[in-house]
Amino acid sequence: MTEATSDWRPSALELERRAFRKRQTTRSVLVSLGSTAVVAVVLWIVVAGTPGAQAVRTSFFDLDVAIAAFPAVLEGLWLNLRVLFFAAIGVVIVAVVLAVARTLRGPVFFPLRFLAAAYTDVFRGVPLLIVLYLVGFGLPGLGLFPRMDPAFWGTIAIVLVYSAYVAEVFRAGIEAVHPSQRLAARALGLDHGQTLRRVVLPQAVRKVTPALMNDFVAMQKDVGLISVLGAVDAVRAAQIETAHFYNYTPYVVAGLLFIALAWPTIRLTDWVTGRMRAREQVGSIV
Amino acid sequence: MSDAVDAVRPGRAAEPPVLELQQVRCAFGDHVVLDGIDLAVARHEVVALIGASGSGKSTLLRTANLLEHIDDGRILLTGEDVSDPRVDADRVRARIGAVFQQYNLFPHLNVLDNVTLAMRLVHRVPKGEAERRGRELLATIGLEAKAGAFPDTLSGGQQQRVAIVRAIASEPELLLLDEITSALDPELVGEVLALVRTLKAQGATIVMATHEMPFARDVADRVVFLDGGRIVEEGPAREFFRSPREERTKAFLARVLSG
Ligand SMILES: Nc1ncnc2c1ncn2[C@@H]1O[C@H](COP(=O)(O)OP(=O)(O)OP(=O)(O)O)[C@@H](O)[C@H]1O
Ligand SMILES: [Mg+2]
Repeated sequence: MTEATSDWRPSALELERRAFRKRQTTRSVLVSLGSTAVVAVVLWIVVAGTPGAQAVRTSFFDLDVAIAAFPAVLEGLWLNLRVLFFAAIGVVIVAVVLAVARTLRGPVFFPLRFLAAAYTDVFRGVPLLIVLYLVGFGLPGLGLFPRMDPAFWGTIAIVLVYSAYVAEVFRAGIEAVHPSQRLAARALGLDHGQTLRRVVLPQAVRKVTPALMNDFVAMQKDVGLISVLGAVDAVRAAQIETAHFYNYTPYVVAGLLFIALAWPTIRLTDWVTGRMRAREQVGSIV
Repeated sequence: MSDAVDAVRPGRAAEPPVLELQQVRCAFGDHVVLDGIDLAVARHEVVALIGASGSGKSTLLRTANLLEHIDDGRILLTGEDVSDPRVDADRVRARIGAVFQQYNLFPHLNVLDNVTLAMRLVHRVPKGEAERRGRELLATIGLEAKAGAFPDTLSGGQQQRVAIVRAIASEPELLLLDEITSALDPELVGEVLALVRTLKAQGATIVMATHEMPFARDVADRVVFLDGGRIVEEGPAREFFRSPREERTKAFLARVLSG
């Protein structure tokens, strides 16, 4: 490491460069402010100038309706949050098991590999809505299970579909871990399971964290689909309020609440991705 | 680290070699990489494996560590046949230390956790005890200050020294080193080789594949030259380099020593 010399003063050349950079920054800020203002004004003129603008404003953006509907929709969102919590846990567990099953080598594991592959193929192919209907109305119809809340079956359906996606993400992560890491772990005497748990999976998860968080964001809004089973979540509550007020504003309220729910995760994803890129990159400028 | 030194010194006729390969054969498809290898390594002996790229040095070390299948022959560790499929391979590997060319350390664990992982998971050493010993070992290579650092913040030479220390942390009976300096910049090679010298002085039993001929000559007790899947020539290190007998050995040495 080199020590900073105490009597160092920036040279005239460096001072000139700094002044130039400062002018550049000021100029960029002004340009971005200006262009944002222009875009906003143009958008406003275009939207406000449409023939139905007034009608849309009263039936979608009525402040009084928004205030009246807010408590019911918020309570519905609480159900979405709980479903999201349990679904996320279920998805991680099922997905890890599936991913590990697909990476097992050797003929003994053929049935497991095959089943895991078939599962991920099927549930990535079927639309979530269809799985919701089949699970939500079909499984209780078998009469095998005790009576359960629609939200329960909704959670199961979400876990089925999302675990198939997330399993593929995990698998990509596992395969991206360099084979010599496995070799180094086994050479130390770690057995297969220890190698997987302590060496391979931790590295795999780090590699796919941005992709996982992205799937989590998608799941945050898809929990709204459990409303089709009759669970009174934010979407269903908004539907009820809409019928009550003959006004669509409650849907907008629900939409804004879902954005508020997703926004922190979205920002966090960007931040994590950026940080990981910074860590892997040696040149700090490019 | 001095506990790694075994009280038993060579010369006791009854003691079996630490490692013994008998007619070991290993093929990948039609490609026979090891074609009947016989090799015995005595306690405290340092054996250097040399040979052209692709001659099977790494494969030999991996078979000795049960990380590669063998198609025929036997592998004995202190007299016990460990190539028997009924033997628990994990337990055998836990008795052998190994360092590879590169990507040895686990990037998600800090230096101390890298060193203590096997002690804790495989040898069931309590965490506090393992960390104390880990720090002690890091101190012997002057890296105790890096205990909390992650491997990617270390130089290549520091990484390889940590990998060696990790390999000897559980006091293995045998240490396998596979071209541990070949991925390093020339100025970092010295510090890693110095550590190997120290281990030899402490009585470690080592089999190492290397491209560093001067190092093999100075540190190894015996040199083994592999070519075409067989041991073409072997002998005491100085003698081997001074007066090789086989034509193929002469040609190989002429090639590597000139370039
Ligand atoms: N898993 C494998 N599958 C197929 N071929 C392999 C495999 N591992 C090694 N080989 C082949 O075995 C031969 C010996 O490889 P090995 O890595 O042991 O050579 P080496 O002497 O260590 O060479 P180097 O000095 O370049 O490290 C090579 O031809 C290689 O292609
Ligand atoms: Mg090699």
